[in-house]
Amino acid sequence: MPMILSHPRTSNFSLGRILNSVVCYLAGVMWFMGLAFEPFTLRTYMSENAMGSTMVEEHFPAGERALATGREFAAHKKKIGGMPVDWLVKTMESQGLEVFTQSFTRKLPFPDENKERYMVRGTNVYGILRAPRASRTEALVLSAPCSEGNSNNQAVGLLLGLARYFRSQVYWAKDIIFLVNEHDLIGMQAWLEGYHHTNTTGGDWSPLQGRGGSIQAALSLELSSDVITSLDLVLEGLNGQLPNLDLANLFHAFCQKIGVLCTIQGKLQRNDWESTSGYSHAAQTMMLMVLKQASGRAWGDHGLFLRYHIEAATIRGVNSFRQYKTDATTVGRLLEGMYRKLNNLLERLHQSYFFYLMPSLTRFVSIGYYMPAFGLLAGILLLRALDLWVQLGASAPGTEDGLAEREQASSPGVLSLLTPVVISHLTGVALYTLPIRSQEMAVQHFPVSETEAVVLTAIAIYTAGLALPHNTHRLLQGEGTEQGWRVLKLAALLYLAVLLGCTALINFSLGFILALSLVPIAAFITPHSPKYPSAVAMVLLSPGCTLLYCVFLFQELQEIPVSLHDGWMLFLSVISQGILDHSLYGSLVYPLLALLVYPCWLLLWNILFWK
Amino acid sequence: MAAPLTLLLIVAVTIRAVLFRSSIAELISERVEVVSPLNAWKRVVEGLALLDLGVSPYAGDVFHETPLIIYFFHFVIDYAEIVFMMADTLTALALYFAVKDYNKIVFRKQKYALEADRYPLDCLELIRSPREMLYIPLKVAMFYLLNPFTILSCVAKSTCGLNNAVIALFILSTIKGNALMSAIFLALATYQSIYPLTLFAPALLYLLQRLYIPVNWRRPSFWLFLAQYVFMYLGSLGVMICLSFFLLNSWDFLSSVYGFILSVPDLTPNIGLFWYFFAEMFEHFRLFFICVFQINVFFYTIPLSIKLKEHPVFLIFMQIAIISIFKSYPTVGDIALYMAFLPAWNHLYRFLRNIFLVSVVLLACSALFPVLWHLWIYAGSANSNFYYAITLLFNVAQILLVSDYFYAYLRREHHLTHGLYLKRKDGSEATLVLK
Repeated sequence: MPMILSHPRTSNFSLGRILNSVVCYLAGVMWFMGLAFEPFTLRTYMSENAMGSTMVEEHFPAGERALATGREFAAHKKKIGGMPVDWLVKTMESQGLEVFTQSFTRKLPFPDENKERYMVRGTNVYGILRAPRASRTEALVLSAPCSEGNSNNQAVGLLLGLARYFRSQVYWAKDIIFLVNEHDLIGMQAWLEGYHHTNTTGGDWSPLQGRGGSIQAALSLELSSDVITSLDLVLEGLNGQLPNLDLANLFHAFCQKIGVLCTIQGKLQRNDWESTSGYSHAAQTMMLMVLKQASGRAWGDHGLFLRYHIEAATIRGVNSFRQYKTDATTVGRLLEGMYRKLNNLLERLHQSYFFYLMPSLTRFVSIGYYMPAFGLLAGILLLRALDLWVQLGASAPGTEDGLAEREQASSPGVLSLLTPVVISHLTGVALYTLPIRSQEMAVQHFPVSETEAVVLTAIAIYTAGLALPHNTHRLLQGEGTEQGWRVLKLAALLYLAVLLGCTALINFSLGFILALSLVPIAAFITPHSPKYPSAVAMVLLSPGCTLLYCVFLFQELQEIPVSLHDGWMLFLSVISQGILDHSLYGSLVYPLLALLVYPCWLLLWNILFWK
Repeated sequence: MAAPLTLLLIVAVTIRAVLFRSSIAELISERVEVVSPLNAWKRVVEGLALLDLGVSPYAGDVFHETPLIIYFFHFVIDYAEIVFMMADTLTALALYFAVKDYNKIVFRKQKYALEADRYPLDCLELIRSPREMLYIPLKVAMFYLLNPFTILSCVAKSTCGLNNAVIALFILSTIKGNALMSAIFLALATYQSIYPLTLFAPALLYLLQRLYIPVNWRRPSFWLFLAQYVFMYLGSLGVMICLSFFLLNSWDFLSSVYGFILSVPDLTPNIGLFWYFFAEMFEHFRLFFICVFQINVFFYTIPLSIKLKEHPVFLIFMQIAIISIFKSYPTVGDIALYMAFLPAWNHLYRFLRNIFLVSVVLLACSALFPVLWHLWIYAGSANSNFYYAITLLFNVAQILLVSDYFYAYLRREHHLTHGLYLKRKDGSEATLVLK
């Protein structure tokens, strides 16, 4: 049998086959990079009629007063050393809102070293402004976090100021809920789960005493200075979900109207797309968005709203060294305008895009434009699979005379295929479950903290997986055949293609980044490729290393480059954050990587060491 | 062969038992791909509750099982999980023995034909060897029991598993040549979901073939047997329906079960073709298109029976596949039943034209169903068109799969009579086209 196959093997790497894969790959990458080029992108426009054609006027006058309230809030916060619940309740009640509180406790699976918290206990305070004009079946949310230290006091002040002002207006057709949440996302998670009567992640919170209607849209405000130079819009939510593009359009439209500088990913819009620097600026902005989306994290408090089908974004005030300053009154007017427009909505925001990338605030790339980039990469996998299928078919008729022989050859074949698949997935399961389960044991035996224990266990299991092929073969008595690895590779290719396809549909950025690193190895790995260079290439392109590059690239794009050591520390903290995000908010990136992508990569690793 | 079969059964039951105990069982039983309004366990429980309260289970619009099923579960409700595992096991065993018998018959026929020198010389490579056929029954049982679709269906406690068991027993008794049992099980299957009615034709053809009665309108023996079989079938169907009437003392179940199947009032998305089409349609055309869609399921019986009258078992496979593709509330459990037969047509493999494409599409669609459902229902970023596109693709792939097997079967038969290497009249090489 090997004699029959030796011929196709030599022609396996004919130039044509490599060439079309390489061309496809480069075309995919170029297509992706081309997306940031302005002539290839679409201009954003307001699709929602209810928000587009109606005029609203903004009269919010009380910026200074709001800042004073903010300072008062800060003083009370400092005195108590946490959220001044009583003061907030009293203030909101004095403004004529229906005020309720919700307390929650949460024990993290392991201490969060970034935010220094383990046992979390807190209270959310929210006040509902009942709609005077309609049947109170719908609601809007404005939230501001009560953060540690001195940040976001102005946001709470402005929230209270807006509440007072909104109360005196008669045109509200939707309930407006003013929410001050403690412990950022954990508080937000507790509040949202309480509001919707769900409990997906096993948190412990008291039920909500008061509710508005079904929430149509939400904005989360972050403001830490009295004057700001620009407002930054944050869209990326949990699992890479994005709000409807109309929400971004609305924000941009009001920034234009009122004359506030607005940014996305902290980057200003530039008009010189013809120049190289203009293009690279847009590309950087887009890539930042891709990296943030791929991380699957909620990049602001709004991120958890999206899960409940509520369009939400975070608006973050930035105070840099620019000349042009904006005061709190203007920000208040901007928010007033946005809420008045949202108040006019007749149905949920749905007219505009949900799948998009933004190279700038006025330009967007829709799913129809960016999917081909992924399609070209995934196409390589399908082409290679087809190629393998044809090779397998071509070698089968060779045994026409000896059907009995083939029977015997294929029955251990099933076993030799199933074993690597099962073992890789068991390793994946270990990678998923063990780090958190074994932290206590690790802490007892090694001088590390719990967080380090979790991260290092994860890395250790990940690395230990590399030793698997040898052990897999020890388990199997017979030796793998030529046919065997081809079938295994065919299965791995199809598995990877389906996996990446599904991932890209839910979270394009994650799917694309994984495809960038996994497709080349999936396409070219065979047991006959030179062992050491291939092994090194495979390790360098493994999901873990991809994450490491992403960390460095992200820092580079944000223009805060880090040294190797800091980058490594950041990498470790990113892993722990990923695990925390999964267990606290139900982010899917960690289980996806551990249970599916990593085993798939191990299958390819197995093929390289096929004997 | 007993040892591997036992091992297989143990493995299959273990997997199901573990999944029943895990947290995903509840998740699975909510999936629209796995349960339909017809066979959801939640609805059976609801019907039982109504029955216990002394209300007709068909009051309201939730319960659509037949009366016999509800009385069956009335007694075994506490052992529901075991019942569903038993049903799967029973199906697999029935298919195992049916295919084993069928293979014996096929082999005997082949031997006679060989002895009579009926096959052209160049067709020897198409002849099936006993060695190759040895493992087929086991593979059939394996395809049924270890198919993820069957497992999902069983874990969701979809009553589709019971229907499959009935159909499998019908196939077994038909192949064994027991006309009475065959008619009874066919009546039971029809009683459960109407569509198996189309299996009447292949069963009749098979039993006639077994008794060496030619299908000839002028022969009294043909009419006699037809009358016998029809009588047994209609008789047992009548008994079942009357029994149902006496159990509940009302005819409500007719409109709630059969009316529900035929007029498709519930447009919950599923993997079938009905829901989107009828959700989009103007009410005015509804009746017409309902008729068209339903006749479509039954219509293929006539041409297929004529074309495959010599091969009734293959016809059974085709009919089951067509039912599971075109029925009004299909679930993955229905697909699992006809997929179990695929190993029985192993020998057609060399004539299949697009098996790779079809299997890749089926695989990808199965993975995409939950993803697009998530995007549509939970994330709200996609819409029903995305989901329906995948449904459509899934069904097109199934149709391609079935027609591919049909083509391969006919082609093999053609080669067995005309030789493997076909020549045109002018001597050039010819290819076969399915028309």
